[in-house]
Amino acid sequence: MGSAVTSDHSAKGGATALMPYDEVLRGYEPVLGLETHVELGTRSKMFCSCATTFGAEPNTQVCPVCLALPGALPVVNSAAVESAIRLGLALNCSIAEWCRFARKNYFYPDMPKNYQISQYDEPLCYDGYLDVTVDTPEGPREFRIGIERVHMEEDTGKTSHVGGADGRIHGAEYSTVDYNRAGIPLLEIVTKPIEDAGEWAPQVARAYVRELRDLIRALGISDVRMEEGSLRCDVNVSLKPRGSTEWGTRTETKNVNSLRSIERAVRHEIERQGGVLSAGGRVVQETRHFQESTGTTVAGRSKEEAQDYRYFPDPDLVPVAPDREWVEQLRATLPELPSAKRRRLKAEWNLTDKELQDLVNANAVDLVEQTVAAGAPPAEARKWWLNDLSRRATETGVELSELPITPAQVARVVELVAEGSLTNKLARQVVDGVLAGEGEPDEVVEARGLRVVSDDAALGAIVDQAIANNADAAEKVRNGKIAAVGALVGAVMRETKGQADAGRARQLILERLGVSG
Amino acid sequence: MTELLKLSAAELGAAIASGETSAVEATQAYLDRIAEVDGQIHAFLHVAADKALEQARAVDARRAAGEKLGPLAGVPVAHKDVFTTKDMPTTAASKILEGWQSPYDATVTERLRDAGLVILGKTNLDEFAMGSSTENSAYGPTRNPWDTDRVPGGSSGGSSAAVAAFEAPLATGTDTGGSIRQPAAVCGLVGAKPTYGTSSRYGLIAFASSLDTPGPIARNVLDAALLHEAFSGHDPRDSTSVNEPVPPVVEAARRADVSGMRIGVVKELSGEGYQPGVMQRFTEAVELFESLGAKIVEVSCPSFTAALAAYYLIAPSECSSNLARFDAMRYGLRVGDDGTRSADEVMALTRAQGFGPEVKRRIILGTYALSSGYYDAYYGSAQKVRTLIKRDFEAAFQQADVLVSPTTPTTAFRLGERIDDPMAMYLADLCTIPTNLAGNAALSVPCGLAPEDNMPVGLHIMAPTLADDRAYQAGAAVEAALRDKWGGDLLSQCAYAV
Ligand SMILES: [Zn+2]
Repeated sequence: MGSAVTSDHSAKGGATALMPYDEVLRGYEPVLGLETHVELGTRSKMFCSCATTFGAEPNTQVCPVCLALPGALPVVNSAAVESAIRLGLALNCSIAEWCRFARKNYFYPDMPKNYQISQYDEPLCYDGYLDVTVDTPEGPREFRIGIERVHMEEDTGKTSHVGGADGRIHGAEYSTVDYNRAGIPLLEIVTKPIEDAGEWAPQVARAYVRELRDLIRALGISDVRMEEGSLRCDVNVSLKPRGSTEWGTRTETKNVNSLRSIERAVRHEIERQGGVLSAGGRVVQETRHFQESTGTTVAGRSKEEAQDYRYFPDPDLVPVAPDREWVEQLRATLPELPSAKRRRLKAEWNLTDKELQDLVNANAVDLVEQTVAAGAPPAEARKWWLNDLSRRATETGVELSELPITPAQVARVVELVAEGSLTNKLARQVVDGVLAGEGEPDEVVEARGLRVVSDDAALGAIVDQAIANNADAAEKVRNGKIAAVGALVGAVMRETKGQADAGRARQLILERLGVSG
Repeated sequence: MTELLKLSAAELGAAIASGETSAVEATQAYLDRIAEVDGQIHAFLHVAADKALEQARAVDARRAAGEKLGPLAGVPVAHKDVFTTKDMPTTAASKILEGWQSPYDATVTERLRDAGLVILGKTNLDEFAMGSSTENSAYGPTRNPWDTDRVPGGSSGGSSAAVAAFEAPLATGTDTGGSIRQPAAVCGLVGAKPTYGTSSRYGLIAFASSLDTPGPIARNVLDAALLHEAFSGHDPRDSTSVNEPVPPVVEAARRADVSGMRIGVVKELSGEGYQPGVMQRFTEAVELFESLGAKIVEVSCPSFTAALAAYYLIAPSECSSNLARFDAMRYGLRVGDDGTRSADEVMALTRAQGFGPEVKRRIILGTYALSSGYYDAYYGSAQKVRTLIKRDFEAAFQQADVLVSPTTPTTAFRLGERIDDPMAMYLADLCTIPTNLAGNAALSVPCGLAPEDNMPVGLHIMAPTLADDRAYQAGAAVEAALRDKWGGDLLSQCAYAV
């Protein structure tokens, strides 16, 4: 390392100690701002007809336009404009009657034109809000996050540095650029300053991005895979001395790419800035980078030496002037949004605040809803997704929705238990089979031979055998020591490898022994 | 063969269509002419003899197969080397694109091919179309066929010189501040700047996107109209392309009638700094209009006096951003890539060596004008001037059907005369720039030779947006009257006339 990218010049004379979080909060109020970039799921790029498939061979999804060959011109993808408007409407924004694209000029090899087509002072959507909920010991608490703007822009290509020790540009032998990503449509969603989060600032930041992600998924405008970089977040943090009306100097932490990292980055910046200020230093306005491994941020480019992007309206593109009727039609056809859905399901399923929040935290709302739609009772559906399946997701390090099991399959397992074909224990084995790719629940039951032995004739023979083999226990039961029946039931379950319905077995044993259970 | 060269494009097209001559014969005649004179003129950066003959044979085959050909099928054309062509080099007369081969055709190129026009080669220009003399070409200047010590105008100087020297019957050009009309005027030709957005910019290497307009250069008004019609029209690949029918320019060129037309003389585009011989021919042309039944009115467009200043903020601003893509990363020249230098250093070295002084001057001007803190004062104010100029045009077109002025304040100047004095060079576009800023249509048509130097003078006819046909109609009328007066085309007096 040792490059400018990693040198921390935020505190004079070396790194300043962090200040404990609670202590910072006693003296300061954090002010947050979040800028989120989302890659849209349109089939073609923002300004040309190239495909946007993720993971294609480098530089195979390119054309004169997105390679910025001499003479090539951009043409706006109207599907991207539609996505932007739908998100703006879902975020309660006003939609501009008329707005323009602007050129953001700077030289970088992954930027084919050496300017990015973006929007500057005329965003397509502006002035909205998003309500988010944070868990507190006193119960869920709602925060209203103001949305400054939603605007359209294009992504850059992707630079890889080859031959260096750590994939960084310093020390690399050479660099390659893949322009497949260049020109993929992006939306940038910028919040207004969030001033009222207080001690909950890290959780509010996380809850906001999660809510935004769920909203975008509900709209179907992007699949929002954070690990593929299709949602990237820049986090602005500053500290305002309590009782002061003036904000402190802010830092911008770039490309924080998971919900957990967002929370950690905000917390760390609060502790770091608190430390700098308490040591009599000043916070430097700068770009910082979040380090996953340490949970800390390190200084990048100082904003005080920032470049001038020389924004001006792009003369290659005509203004975007969305027809009002079209906007109203888009508004009328928005799907049910996550917040409305939560309110509805809470009422329909009669959930407490806590139960609802557990579903939200586990990203299980839609999965449970779909499981219920496939016929499962809400309580059973919740139980499966929140317990067994959440644990499996955590173990394998994937999101719940990425587990290879569908809500319909979970509903079928629930049904099999309800009709007595499976015990809960067997049901878990069926789910294991489905997750292992062994097919539909019924196929797993068949292949693994997991069906409950509910045939009384077959079970009766096993019961008789168990009584014969455990004469002592049988005798105790006959003598009224009902608790001893457990040993007999256990023998039956062992014999059937757990496939017997234990309750039915108990009933048969007691009948045989002439005792009423 | 000389007889073929004498034919107008319209006549040549008709002769090919009727079988009187063939596309191959015509193409060969022009290729021979280029071989004969281009050593002295240097109109072409690249002559594509084999490709041209191949295209010509294809046209002849289509005719032989009984296909009905368009009016310009088989007619050769010289193509300004700022349009991309997938079968010949495209350089924009810059070292930075030396050796680059475009994988795609510009829309204008494609439409020339579709109309059966035979592309003879690519013509010289001021580097990236920045200049008024073609002296800014990285590949050496072009000479004016009327006097080879003089410039052919610019930036489309290679195109105008090729047509004036009978190396091509037609040529394409691009007009950002006068780059078609000014070279056409100083070479005794007809040149038109169509309404902005009616001829596609896709594949035209951008100088100033909001101003760049492809247009025709020809020996007479009808030929210009035919070429104009051949490559114009809506293009979905250019977002600024207007989805309107091409104005009926060919019909207007045939009508050639100004009786009852109101012709406005723009007060601000004359007077001090204008060459006396230019003013004399211009005044005679206005009198000629009157004798043909037009009504002459004087109009005032006060904001035109600020047009040059606004232009030299807007055009460089756009160019500073448009030319950023020439960075040695993906195509073109690459300097200093020896394994020790960073991408930034290679970009800087390449741009330092690849761009000529005028291009650098404009990039620096534009970068400055767009800088934060200066944007409002420079780019912002220039845009306001642009709005005022549009309003002046609108008001003037209430009083007149077309507006007229000289095309250029002076006739062609001598090579080297203004190369070290950018301001003097920029003045060559004084009369043509307002039209680019407003986006409307204009045409330059020859109106005689200036008595003091016997060099051609152009009459500038401006028409409202999407009323290009009016300029053609007026231009054709004055052309017909002058042809009667002179007993033939002005061009027949050129040193390189056939
Ligand atoms: Zn593309």
